[in-house]
Amino acid sequence: MGDHHHGPAKGLSRWLFTTNHKDIGTMYLWFSFSMFILGGAFAMIIRAELFQPGMQLVEPAFFNQMTTLHGLVMVFGAIMPSFVGLANWMIPMMIGAPDMALPRMNNWSFWILPPAFLILAGTLFMEGGAPNFGWTFYAPLSTTYAPPSVTYFIFSIHVLGLSSIMGSINIIATVMNMRAPGMTYMKMPLFVWTWLITAFLLVAVMPVLAGAVTMMLMDIHFGTSFFSAAGGGDPVLFQHIFWFFGHPEVYIIILPAFGVVSQIIPTFARKPLFGYDSMVYATAAIAFLSFIVWAHHMYTVGMPVAGELFFMYATMLIAVPTGVKVFNWVTTMWRGAMTFETPMLFCMGFLVLFTIGGFTGLMLSIAPADFQYHDSYFVVAHFHYVMVAGAVFSMSAAVYYWLPKWCGRMYSETMGKTHFWISFIGFNIAFFPQHFVGLAGMPRRIPDYALQFADFNMMSSIGAFIYGASQILFLYNVVATIVAGKPTSEAKTWEGAEGLEWTVATPAPYHTFETPPQVR
Amino acid sequence: MTTQSSTEYEKYYVPEKSKLAVCATIGLILSTFGAASVMNDMTFGDGATTGSWGIFWFGLFFFSATLFGWFRMAIKENRAGLNSAQLKKSYVLGMFWFIFSEVMFFLAFFGALFYVRTLVGPWLAGEGEGGRMNHLLWEGFNYQWPMPLTPQEAVGGVANQPVANMGTFQSYEQSMAFGEAAAWYLWLPMWNTIVLLSSSFTVHVAHMGLLDGNKRKFNIWLGITVALGMLFVALQALEYYEAYAHFGLTLNSGIYGSTFFMLTGFHGFHVVMGMTMLLIQWLRSVRGGHFTADDHFGFEASSWYWHFVDVVWVFLFLFVYIL
Ligand code: HEM
Ligand SMILES: [Cu+2]
Repeated sequence: MGDHHHGPAKGLSRWLFTTNHKDIGTMYLWFSFSMFILGGAFAMIIRAELFQPGMQLVEPAFFNQMTTLHGLVMVFGAIMPSFVGLANWMIPMMIGAPDMALPRMNNWSFWILPPAFLILAGTLFMEGGAPNFGWTFYAPLSTTYAPPSVTYFIFSIHVLGLSSIMGSINIIATVMNMRAPGMTYMKMPLFVWTWLITAFLLVAVMPVLAGAVTMMLMDIHFGTSFFSAAGGGDPVLFQHIFWFFGHPEVYIIILPAFGVVSQIIPTFARKPLFGYDSMVYATAAIAFLSFIVWAHHMYTVGMPVAGELFFMYATMLIAVPTGVKVFNWVTTMWRGAMTFETPMLFCMGFLVLFTIGGFTGLMLSIAPADFQYHDSYFVVAHFHYVMVAGAVFSMSAAVYYWLPKWCGRMYSETMGKTHFWISFIGFNIAFFPQHFVGLAGMPRRIPDYALQFADFNMMSSIGAFIYGASQILFLYNVVATIVAGKPTSEAKTWEGAEGLEWTVATPAPYHTFETPPQVR
Repeated sequence: MTTQSSTEYEKYYVPEKSKLAVCATIGLILSTFGAASVMNDMTFGDGATTGSWGIFWFGLFFFSATLFGWFRMAIKENRAGLNSAQLKKSYVLGMFWFIFSEVMFFLAFFGALFYVRTLVGPWLAGEGEGGRMNHLLWEGFNYQWPMPLTPQEAVGGVANQPVANMGTFQSYEQSMAFGEAAAWYLWLPMWNTIVLLSSSFTVHVAHMGLLDGNKRKFNIWLGITVALGMLFVALQALEYYEAYAHFGLTLNSGIYGSTFFMLTGFHGFHVVMGMTMLLIQWLRSVRGGHFTADDHFGFEASSWYWHFVDVVWVFLFLFVYIL
């Protein structure tokens, strides 16, 4: 062990063998960004094909592989690991811990991700092509009719699940066990709270996903009949198991984003967060409810009416705690001394657009209405409002907010704001029209469409290209900051910022809080 | 907001750089990639060997060796006194939530079982709201559990199946349920239950011995526990043999066979894991003289795992064998 005030090792071994939460956080963040680019490239292919009606660029079979891989890569490769990276960087610094609770396992959780995605992306080059059954991989498309590469898909899901489970166990142990003296639960920053609850969700549902893919594997290779009615099973069983994982999964994606926004808005409103306690309870309520609403994705499979009603009312209930959160954010800003630096802009964008996504969610939760909306572009619009303008916007906000603390350099505010506005505009041009084509009946996951949808689809594609291009600007801005940004050594980058992470030096030293601070 | 206080704080041990994670990654990825290739060769291949078994075994060996080294190192660190009380608590939390995740894994399979038994079966037989298609698809199928005759066979086999489906699902002669055995004392699951429940008891006695500082008692009762675990696995293997050889009950026997083998199979796999863990603790104690009355987390964690496996069995016994 020796001396404790040492810096990082030199060269590649630093990254391969590290046990340092900041190194691991950095790797997670870069990895997730590269997946964001990869998934984005798939999306560009989708939007290019949909630019005009008719088949222009790709084969329908390849189009299906693109929608599938786009969804999988974005959910499991871009969004989830990016928040895990953020958790790694920030949670120990926010609660005054020297590192994550189980540092070697932490490194392992990260390192199994890249090869798993290599295998997943590698299926593109396999005989029969990549998985083509959508990111929700419904049986029997993903069993009876799947390409052989499905087996590799199944095992990569297993590995991703393992990574998430270990990562969450680490977060739970860190938060429950490593808080500095005086850092009681109800003093924890909201980002820590939302991640703690997210980690519980992950430990609870990733194993269920593992169960679902295991049943698929057995059906495909070993003759079981979980998802085959001929043997007494049921394809709809797959959907139940998948969505028992899948709905909590969407909250796994959005809760850390809620946490980020709850950190940033008070900073730039220069007021403490309104209703801290109710934020914590609302988060817990959302997490609890997320376990009993899964079948709102299955209104059209022919459930008994009692089921439809139960899941409809339970789903609507989620709007209550979500409303509490939106109310609290808005009230935090009320009469605040507001400024609009880039992180704040992204949070405001989040607030407006996520709320729109919440409302479309509410529309979708009405079972009889959903009979019309289901599997249309309206659903695509809904979940891109919550996942892109929700999770991804908040992630951009987080990067701008903490980047100066991470690397001791200030990003270019002009470029940051430009990034925001292009993203915001591009995003809305891309996804707002999808509400209309969806309501008018355009189905999702289809490479061609009827002529009356042509104009809106062209708009959508143009918006998507704009949004995609703005991410290159983001990358450039971040790299330029790290390499040549204006150095800053102020501990508190933002005058309104609160929290332990702003008490350590800037850039944050390799090891922080080796002796815990005393929180009053 | 904060002041530094270093008074009477036990340092949290943050390990130095370590190759363990990368080695474990190589092992895990090679073994999963190998396993996937083995299965694809089997199902979609043309009989040519692609070396996939080699990749699988090499990966698995590498993975196991790394895990062995990993645990060895963790044990050494503890014995070298590096682990503060706080770090020990991290291990406790880690183990607890790991077991919780395992519970959720089993829940998926139990959930499938309940769903099939209470909803799917009756629907396929034309009952209730989900049963309206019966006359088009599975005319003549009657639902009972265990399900000796699959819907496919009820309509006269694959050829008469109105919808495409993968595989043939055959009937079996005898299920594992209570009451189908020739005599109650020939009903293996009962013996299995007795064996496994007693092993939970013996591991508890071993723990009591350790807490009293009585290492001899500990070693003996832990040894008995491991032996009971082995007996359970042997009986389970016998049951599988009977199912395949005499009862015609296989993975292909429709949803009854699927749920039966997957639930008991995963449970059996966990028994083997738990038994291996306990065996290692036993070896540590007998050969290495490890464990004291107040420092024996390796054993405690293994015994929690063992109790968990036991509880799962109780549910299995109830829902797979009896009800
Ligand atoms: C007020 C809260 C929300 C409600 C009431 C809600 C409701 C719904 C409903 C009913 C559907 C099914 C639509 C259909 O397939 O016909 C749906 C789909 C979806 N929602 Fe939400 N939602 C909410 C928030 C969110 C959030 C926060 C996220 C993620 C960050 C999200 C992600 C998704 C996704 C990914 C799908 C589509 C899944 C697919 O079929 O591929 N939703 N939502
Ligand atoms: Cu949902």
